[in-house]
Amino acid sequence: MALQLKEYTSVTEVAGPLMIVEGVEGAGYGELVDIRLSSDEKRRGQVLEIDGPRAVIQVFEGTKGIDTARTRVRFTGDPIKLPVAREMLGRIFDGTGQPIDKRPEILPDAFRDIHGAPMNPTAREFPREFIQTGISTIDGMNTLVRGQKLPIFSGSGLTHNELAAQIARQAKVLGEGEEFSVVFAAMGITFEEASFFMKDFERTGALEKVTAFLNLANDPAIERIITPRLALTTAEYFAFELGMHVLVILTDMTNYCEALREIAAARSEVPGRRGYPGYMYTDLSTLYERAGRMKDKPGTITQMPILSMPDDDITHPIPDLTGYITEGQFVLSRDLHRRGIYPPVDVLPSLSRLMKGGIGGERTRDDHANVSDQLYSAYAEGRDLRNLVAIVGEEALTDRDKRFLEFSDRFEKEFVTQDRDEDRSIERTLEIGWRLLSILPERDLKRIGADYIKKYHPAYKEGAKEASDKE
Amino acid sequence: MVKGSISKIAGPVITADGMKGSQMYEVVRVGDERLIGEIIELEENRAVIQVYEETVGMKPGGVVEGSGAALSVELGPGLLRMIYDGIQRPLEKIKEQTGDFIERGVDVPSLSRTEKWSFTPVVKKGDKVESGDILGEVPETEVIRHKVMVPPGVSGEVLSVAKSGDYTIEEMIVTLKTESGKTEISMLQKWPVRIGRPYKEKLDPTVPLLSGQRIFDTFFPLAKGGTAAIPGPFGAGKTVSQHQLAKWADADVIVYVGCGERGNEMTEVLEEFPNLEDPKTGKPLMERTVLIANTSNMPVAARDASIYTGATIAEYYRDMGYNVALMADSTSRWAEAMREISGRLEEMPGEEGYPAYLASRLAEFYERAGRVTALGSDGREGSLTMIGAVSPPGGDFSEPVTQNTLRITKVFWALDASLADRRHFPSINWLRSYSLYMDAVEPWWSDEISSMWRELRDKSMALLQKESELKEIVQLVGEDALPDRERLVLEAARMIREDFLQQNAFHEIDTYCSPKKQFEMLNLMIEFYNRADDAVSRNIPAKDITDLATIGEIARLKFVPEDEFEAKIVEIKKALNEEIRSLVDKYVER
Repeated sequence: MALQLKEYTSVTEVAGPLMIVEGVEGAGYGELVDIRLSSDEKRRGQVLEIDGPRAVIQVFEGTKGIDTARTRVRFTGDPIKLPVAREMLGRIFDGTGQPIDKRPEILPDAFRDIHGAPMNPTAREFPREFIQTGISTIDGMNTLVRGQKLPIFSGSGLTHNELAAQIARQAKVLGEGEEFSVVFAAMGITFEEASFFMKDFERTGALEKVTAFLNLANDPAIERIITPRLALTTAEYFAFELGMHVLVILTDMTNYCEALREIAAARSEVPGRRGYPGYMYTDLSTLYERAGRMKDKPGTITQMPILSMPDDDITHPIPDLTGYITEGQFVLSRDLHRRGIYPPVDVLPSLSRLMKGGIGGERTRDDHANVSDQLYSAYAEGRDLRNLVAIVGEEALTDRDKRFLEFSDRFEKEFVTQDRDEDRSIERTLEIGWRLLSILPERDLKRIGADYIKKYHPAYKEGAKEASDKE
Repeated sequence: MVKGSISKIAGPVITADGMKGSQMYEVVRVGDERLIGEIIELEENRAVIQVYEETVGMKPGGVVEGSGAALSVELGPGLLRMIYDGIQRPLEKIKEQTGDFIERGVDVPSLSRTEKWSFTPVVKKGDKVESGDILGEVPETEVIRHKVMVPPGVSGEVLSVAKSGDYTIEEMIVTLKTESGKTEISMLQKWPVRIGRPYKEKLDPTVPLLSGQRIFDTFFPLAKGGTAAIPGPFGAGKTVSQHQLAKWADADVIVYVGCGERGNEMTEVLEEFPNLEDPKTGKPLMERTVLIANTSNMPVAARDASIYTGATIAEYYRDMGYNVALMADSTSRWAEAMREISGRLEEMPGEEGYPAYLASRLAEFYERAGRVTALGSDGREGSLTMIGAVSPPGGDFSEPVTQNTLRITKVFWALDASLADRRHFPSINWLRSYSLYMDAVEPWWSDEISSMWRELRDKSMALLQKESELKEIVQLVGEDALPDRERLVLEAARMIREDFLQQNAFHEIDTYCSPKKQFEMLNLMIEFYNRADDAVSRNIPAKDITDLATIGEIARLKFVPEDEFEAKIVEIKKALNEEIRSLVDKYVER
């Protein structure tokens, strides 16, 4: 940059992730700050608050080693921008966007403000394109569509990484061969977890379609604030400039929120629930709302954030606020996991809000919505009965109840359970659904239209004779 | 005008010096980009300002310029069918200027200055008019005739009136001779958003706001001019319920405020409403709708403004004599915006970090609802009904926003995650919800539908209550251990739950159910119960009754179109008679 920027050495206070510089002139709120330590190491920060000549700066790489005597600070006058280019595909960056794959720096096509801007609701197009993930609990009961933001609510020790990798591997839109890519942002996950994903991408040959931003557990926590923003800025460039369909995986959002809390605490802000800042909802929404599709653009951004619920508590502020912003959630269950079920998706609290627009005759199959509703209510009833059996014993059940019990057991074994490489088509998923529903008395299939029962119920399909016998 | 300079920037809140002479809640322009802000605290020379746009890049020393006026909305023809942001900027126009993403510093008028409206006067020279009197009419959309009114605080004698014809909203259409001289009136009015528009008198609500949703209309009715809260955890169906109300409520005008919610939800309304037909007028629903969208990632201060903007626009149509319904989704996001701003002001926090004035702000807002006699000599009545969604953290209703809202609103529709999990929609818990308008709307139901309404509704509630008690016993001993009459209660309650309360918002026919059909459906179910109870008391086994084919027919009644259901009910009653008679033959006559 030709312009000579003023350098300050007036750091007066360093506390946690924050640094205070006095005597500042002309620095703007939110702008990028270059910091040079006495050891000549370079770090970056962002202005969080300006009060007259006093600037509060959050330092992304942490404040370790910063002193108040010789540290030099330069205000760049610009918000944080990320250089973006098509060649970022297949590359690996650290949590601040520096390449770490021992390949050269990228040649930027453009620079983008990493905070993005809100999408105008009138420019959005409502997402309706069915993504087949090959996983029955998702395709059949919580359908994912292009441009949706659908998180995985998990807990420590559950198989969320395997599930996310399987989705990334298998996801496709039926009958289309458009350009597709994955942007992967790791926030505070372990090396092993990150390496699991990278190896999986490599094994399936997807690596050249993946852009990864890795902030690992031993990287500075404050860096996590910008890592997802870098990923989403890249995704926006791929989707809305280059016309790609991008799947963004953000993991683990819990670590991101912890970093937010750390900054809030360092600034002595009034805390909201459980010490998380009151603006966490707004902050999370500026990430999640960057998913979507637009009327005049071919590309889309589908988001799949992963978060581990502390103590499996879905009412914890992190899953709670996430669920209020995202368009549904997949909830993993420790109970199913313990019983060896993969993927351990508990369908009852899971939800896809955009499902109704993405399914049906033209997109999946005409009976899809009915079958899904029926599976839900039958499984819910079966689960209730399990509790009852625990008290009164199975003998006390009526014949009808026993069938519901059998249904819910087989539902978990045959519908929910599948192999880690099993890619089920939507037809296959619905077929399994029908097979299970045929356990139940036909008059209890209240959520399914009579014409679909005639068309798809195994009792009618297996031959007209059987059907007429039934009547 | 007051001109000061920025001294401190912290997120959406900035502090400016040299602001002596400014007023509380005055609108100011901040920095080179002239971003819109509002003064929320004054101390000698200093003013604390909440800025309605992103403040990144603002620098100390930047210019802050007062406007002398409080944050106001523009009122006039052209509001309907629009989608605005929180400070009433049309999003379509913003898109024309900055493209698919909302950049800051956009300055666009709320109402078009060039569009012409066909004005027909209803006053003539020499008429004496007072505040609120109608001067003329404009067909704003296919369904709403916009009434051009004398602004509040103005009265006098008409000196001249424009002829019928096409005018822009800024052209003068009437000149009045007032006490202080002459006043010219155009179709455009401005009103400060934080002050409720005046009316003559508030009246008690008496007419139900019908929404075609069975659990609302029959079980927990809302009255026109009333207030309702709909709290629930995520995924329980708040937004679908609000959308259903916005679609089918029998109000004349709908103002829908998307406050801190998802962008795709607003897009859905925008895509869907122009294609949906209002059951009352047969015209697209968009023709009566105003949308205010402050999505969650838009600036937080504008979230606070969006609620007031919506309320003021709603009051304006109320003043014309219309029944207006305002949906705010979600008021929790508004409360959180207050909390965020309050935190930045370093105010002493109340419960859970919310400011101490949370309760009074909520109360002030909901109190703007009501059935009123509007200003004007014709004594016309209008109403404003308010329905606020609440998003309690973790679905816990004991949190401050839910509790403070319930203290004010008269109807409580409690959403329940466990119902949603089993896809019982609308997932409104019938035992926790309540309506304090039962007595107020009973005469209407009695006159328009049937005098049996209240009795039927109370009886159904009693069955549901009884069911919940019996279920506790069933949990311990199993259903087989219950006596037949009680098993029948379970069957009847199940029928009410599944076949009446459950309603599919996405089913072509079931999405809307007329009050007549609601009544007849419930009537049939209770009749079934009475007949069955009678049969059981004559020693017919409950099992035979729960196997009756008629039960399936009753279940499918919700999918029978409005013009066929009466015939269908007659048919079912006949079949029921026959089935019961054959049971009697089988068991009793033998």
